[in-house]
Amino acid sequence: MDGGRSIIMKKLIDYTKILRSKNAGPLFITFDLMFDSREKMDYVMNNLKPCMIAKAYDVLESDISIIKYEVVNSIKITFPRKNVSGSFLDDDIYGCQQHVPLSNIEV
Amino acid sequence: MKIVALCGLLGYGYDQQSLKNAFLEKVDYLGVDAGSTDPGPYYLGSGKSFTNRTAVKRDLMLALPLAIENKTPFIIGTAGGAGSKEHVLWLKEIICEIAEELSLHFSLGTIYSDVSKEYVLEKLNGDKVKNMSNYFTLDSSAINQSEKIVSQIGVAPIIKLLEKKVDVIVCGRACDTAIYAAPLVMNGYDEGLAFHMAKIMECGAMCSEPVAAADVMQAYVYDGYFELKPANPIRKCTVERVAAHTLYEQSNPYLIYEPDGVINLYDCIFTQIDERTVRVSGSKFTPATEKTLKLEGVKKSGYRTISPAVINDSLTIEKLPEIINTVNEFVRKNKSADIKDDDFVINYKTAGGKESSLSVIIDVVGKTQEIADAVCALARSRMLHCDYLGRKSSAGNLAFPFSPSDIHVGEVYEFSVFHLVKVDDLCETSKWTVEEV
Repeated sequence: MDGGRSIIMKKLIDYTKILRSKNAGPLFITFDLMFDSREKMDYVMNNLKPCMIAKAYDVLESDISIIKYEVVNSIKITFPRKNVSGSFLDDDIYGCQQHVPLSNIEV
Repeated sequence: MKIVALCGLLGYGYDQQSLKNAFLEKVDYLGVDAGSTDPGPYYLGSGKSFTNRTAVKRDLMLALPLAIENKTPFIIGTAGGAGSKEHVLWLKEIICEIAEELSLHFSLGTIYSDVSKEYVLEKLNGDKVKNMSNYFTLDSSAINQSEKIVSQIGVAPIIKLLEKKVDVIVCGRACDTAIYAAPLVMNGYDEGLAFHMAKIMECGAMCSEPVAAADVMQAYVYDGYFELKPANPIRKCTVERVAAHTLYEQSNPYLIYEPDGVINLYDCIFTQIDERTVRVSGSKFTPATEKTLKLEGVKKSGYRTISPAVINDSLTIEKLPEIINTVNEFVRKNKSADIKDDDFVINYKTAGGKESSLSVIIDVVGKTQEIADAVCALARSRMLHCDYLGRKSSAGNLAFPFSPSDIHVGEVYEFSVFHLVKVDDLCETSKWTVEEV
């Protein structure tokens, strides 16, 4: 409860118009979240915590970078890949299908 | 100055009319990127091209004669997808073939950017290696195991060849930006603008609407700003598209690291000039106090055989962890005595399965192709017939979509080097040749 109003939690995918993942070189994975308004971007920026991402992807909180790119109402999230691109246990060489756990985070 | 990008990747295609449109005006430089690490370590390791020969030849068939006839220098970055010497020679052969077919004559420059293990070991011992990630460090054994190591060159070696008035330049592994920034840096343009323009142009018409890596993009560079306009009239550049492109495949949208320095986009301004044109200004460049080159190396990890299959039975899917344990145990006990336990690894790549069918790929990497074949065959046959408690579908657990069920994938590579090295001279890893074709 927040000041008597109930908070409606929504999935990240429902705030964004673009939510994508891609390699940033073979060692890092990067996520772009684009919004159709500054309000949505600010809301997500204020409420999405590194610990939520760390939990969703089983990575260290301290390895997660979150940067606001206001020019196009976007947020960029980057962290090291668990498996280097193309290594034996890697399942997504280009890293472009890694966005689903992030999409499902509720804020 | 007008710079044209043929498309996002040589071999991806482009609209031929777009290129003809671009050449209705004077084009000062034409460029195209031909590689990336995105497709993984295989191409650098095997020396094979990631891009298809027929598609690459098609893309060059119009571009090459247009560039030569108009005396527009043509710069191609990261030949063959990975940019090793073999890849450069592969692309050079295609270019020479076209030159002969179309009776074109020009000077052809090639830049090789391969480095030796000794070079990297010397950098390691001299404390001149910087990690890109704390989880991917470099030691001498990783260097010694590497099959091939290349350096990502910046603008410096390309400028050397442009100064020699070379008509066509084929680069080994090169920074994507170097292709488009080199002519501007050489001509004294602002480096912040040069590199920012290059960063956007290297993906072709990806910064336009409708988006397309497979089309021609044009940049007009002036004193203090540059403008982007697609060559195809069906596309337009918008502030949003152009600005958003800075996010793509970068870990930080405000800072772009290059061998020569850092591009800083904090004060960058994007302006819509007309329906199809965006102006960019305010991109700044800070020269690096310590110049670095990025190295990419791969080592061979074995040979792969895979067997793809599907499981539809929900009980079989539920019992899969148990089945996998049984199969692994069986393989260990029933393999030929010549195959040692550490001569292979098995991985079961699964997808789906919670409420529907599950796809499973038995993935075996062995020391030799024979070992991978033998282990995959054992694992596949055991998995097909593996019993489990409550099993009713006792004729078989796996639906195979193919005959043969087992597929040779061949040699397997993994990245062994992806590090920065401090250099005194940004040309120290480059060797170039110029010849008349």
